[in-house]
Amino acid sequence: MADPMRIRAQAAGDKTTVRVLMSHEMETGQRKDAAGKVIPAWFIQEVTANHNGKPVMTAQWGPSVAKNPFLQFVIKGAKAGDKVAITWKDNKGDTRTDEATVS
Amino acid sequence: MQTRREMLTRSASVAAALAGLGLLPQAAQAAWSQAAFDAKTMGDLMKALGTSGPAESKDVTITGPDIAENGAVVPVGASTTLAGAKRILLLVEKNPSMLAALFEVTDAVEPNISTRVKMGQSSNVIAVVITADNKVLFAQKEIKVTLGGCGG
Repeated sequence: MADPMRIRAQAAGDKTTVRVLMSHEMETGQRKDAAGKVIPAWFIQEVTANHNGKPVMTAQWGPSVAKNPFLQFVIKGAKAGDKVAITWKDNKGDTRTDEATVS
Repeated sequence: MQTRREMLTRSASVAAALAGLGLLPQAAQAAWSQAAFDAKTMGDLMKALGTSGPAESKDVTITGPDIAENGAVVPVGASTTLAGAKRILLLVEKNPSMLAALFEVTDAVEPNISTRVKMGQSSNVIAVVITADNKVLFAQKEIKVTLGGCGG
């Protein structure tokens, strides 16, 4: 199981900025190990963001998103106390969901 | 520096690639679009996504550094002032597969997204915005990389 994500959601007026730092190798499938064998691709493919249980954004990622991916987006109308949940799924079928409260 | 001539050539080639296609129905939303992530050129990508050729627009903004020291971590952001953005794409032109990330945004989210990408070499980074009424607009920026992020 992968490490937890770090999620910060800060409200300013009627907008909430959400910053997410995921913990993932994001192996591209292009690199070779010391023995010259290709390291198989392993990366996050799908990301979903929920605000109070309602999906507000989904993303599809390729292997060229950087290791330990960072994502920032702005939710309109979210206020302090609201829940923001982020789910990712990688190409090996692993998935992880973490939730944060808007402050 | 991107010249007008290069821009015109690119737009023309994309338009040509798309000429026979018309507007295909939107690809299934749920599944990860293998075809889009396999695309090597803008034309292939737009075909995979079932949209028409992109036009450069001032309403789309791409942010990023002019020079990235480490290509493994390049912060980039895409935003638009247009209402009704449906999809935001981040492309790195010279990576093995062009599409880095595809965001499907709803009205509850501002069309302003930042993330970090890997870049194999100095290249144009392109933000594409697809609106609800199927307008496809883009902005690009050249980012120079002094150390690539895709090799071993």
